Amino acid sequence: MSVPPYRAVLFAGLAFALALPLLAGVLGLDYAVGIATRILILALAGIGLNLILGFGGMVSFGHAAFFGLGAYTVAILSHHDMTGEAFATWPFEIGGTVAAILAWPLAMAVCALAALVIGAISLRTGGLSFIMITLAFAQMLFFFFVSLETYGGDDGLSLLARSSAGPLDLHDPAQFYFLVLAIVLLALAVTARWSRARFGLALQGIRDNERRMRALGFATTRTKLAAFVISGAIVGLAGALMANHTEFVSPSFLSWQRSGEILAIVVLGGLGTVFGPVVGAVVFFVLEEVLSQWTQHWMIVFGPLLVLAVLFAKQGLWGLAAQKLARHD
Amino acid sequence: MLLILEQVLNGLQLGVMLFLLAAGLTLVLGIMNLVNLAHGSLYMVGAFIAASAAQWTGSFLLGLLIALPAAALVGIAVEVIALRNLYERDHLDQVLATFGLILFFNEAVAMIWGPRALFIDPPSWLSGAVEILPGVPYPAFRLAILGIGLAVAGFLYWLVARTRLGMTIRAGASNREMAGALGIDIKRLYTLVFGLGAMLAALAGVMAGPIYAVEAGMGEQILIPAFVVVVIGGIGSIRGALAGAVLVGIADTLGRAFLPGIIGAFLGPAAASGAGAALASMAIYILMAAVLIWRPRGLFPAHG
Repeated sequence: MSVPPYRAVLFAGLAFALALPLLAGVLGLDYAVGIATRILILALAGIGLNLILGFGGMVSFGHAAFFGLGAYTVAILSHHDMTGEAFATWPFEIGGTVAAILAWPLAMAVCALAALVIGAISLRTGGLSFIMITLAFAQMLFFFFVSLETYGGDDGLSLLARSSAGPLDLHDPAQFYFLVLAIVLLALAVTARWSRARFGLALQGIRDNERRMRALGFATTRTKLAAFVISGAIVGLAGALMANHTEFVSPSFLSWQRSGEILAIVVLGGLGTVFGPVVGAVVFFVLEEVLSQWTQHWMIVFGPLLVLAVLFAKQGLWGLAAQKLARHD
Repeated sequence: MLLILEQVLNGLQLGVMLFLLAAGLTLVLGIMNLVNLAHGSLYMVGAFIAASAAQWTGSFLLGLLIALPAAALVGIAVEVIALRNLYERDHLDQVLATFGLILFFNEAVAMIWGPRALFIDPPSWLSGAVEILPGVPYPAFRLAILGIGLAVAGFLYWLVARTRLGMTIRAGASNREMAGALGIDIKRLYTLVFGLGAMLAALAGVMAGPIYAVEAGMGEQILIPAFVVVVIGGIGSIRGALAGAVLVGIADTLGRAFLPGIIGAFLGPAAASGAGAALASMAIYILMAAVLIWRPRGLFPAHG
């Protein structure tokens, strides 16, 4: 019995991801675990954005807002835990926390709520206006955190420590890496599952022909809004993880360049493919690493590369690869 | 009262600068259906070339005269090399590719001119102040920006509404294929419009030189408000761009000048620096969201 090449590539990737901390230890490249963690976190943000961008056809240019919101939720809760001051005293007292089990779902909830409001307003428009209004909301939140002096304003906010997660010690790079890997695998499994389920199929139908889907009796706006909210929550979780990874948050988490980066990751990897964002994140950061070692002005190479990728590799790298692999099946 | 007058003039002046950028953006968007994030880069390139040329020649005007055609050439080169292939693509591709161009231009400028900010001296005959009302001095240079901006608005209106070129531009905007079939060279027309937009952006960049710092990344600081203007005004509408630019310029300037004070009066000085400043920098985005809720196609929808 032969394994189809598509599966073989996926298993090879998984095996590599699982063996990475060990390999890094053997080769003496301990910093690689940190880089891999960072790549996985950005991949998770890409998976979140891909949900609405790839499967739903909604071009959000403001998803850094959720990334930053998730990160700030974790950082602010940890800040209050450190100072011992209550975050809010009304309607009941809310203190800070460093428990991942509390802070991370809360970050997702905050982002889901923000996405509900932003999505409800933005989805009234379409096309270019949608791009711009999502960008506008992200800019609003960016400036909000810039002027939020209580939590560092422009200078950002340092976390005293990473979240505590029961028996896991998140300060151990390998343990944190495996936790992030598990979350990414879960997100991939969920994406693969629901892209073939009713909700995912309805969303893809709306992407391809919204009017027809409405005529078929689907509540198209509600479906799109639901996808937008889920997408915001996933990106928020990625932000919460990133806050833990860097142990520092700043308004640059919400900058429009960050939104562009997440967009680039999704498109480079392959729009509307399950594994595309992971491939995109890997390629993005490997390129950044390689180019920035070669010259400090790596952007001057990266920018034109991005243009070329858009012009000539529309399906994205994973899209192209999946096509190739399937052909030999 | 006088403070308000001064701030309104400042707001108009910002509005005029935004208009110069938004006019090019909205033309390119309306006619070629292209989202060009790299428009701000042309503004930046114009400012840098003018700064260098003004230093060389010792004259602001010569700097301006060198920068405008140079920026138009850069714009045309960008159009011919990269953007021409993007007209038929969807907005997502255009956003990403022009995002890549921004990275390129910012880095290129930083490599050529270095990381330090430059300043352009205004011409000596515009460096003083003019008494707009008895006892109210106002910088002459800012008044000149206002005048030039209004003149450009008038020129654009004349160009689009009254000339043969404007007629072909409008024809190209409403039906590309039909205009092509009637013998208009659409490709050349697009390149021409792009060059015109680049020149307007560079004009704004040069005029920004004496007021703001000329540095890498300066383009994005004004690009996003310029897009807000385009969306508020209605995509493709020059009239909308003018109205939107004035609205955004005044809202932003007055917001920054007075909102902290107003909020401080109600909630105390701590809130003034926090909430007031936050609201002031968010003002134009709130304005845009409000306009889009009320009129999803902008104030002056251009087509249909």
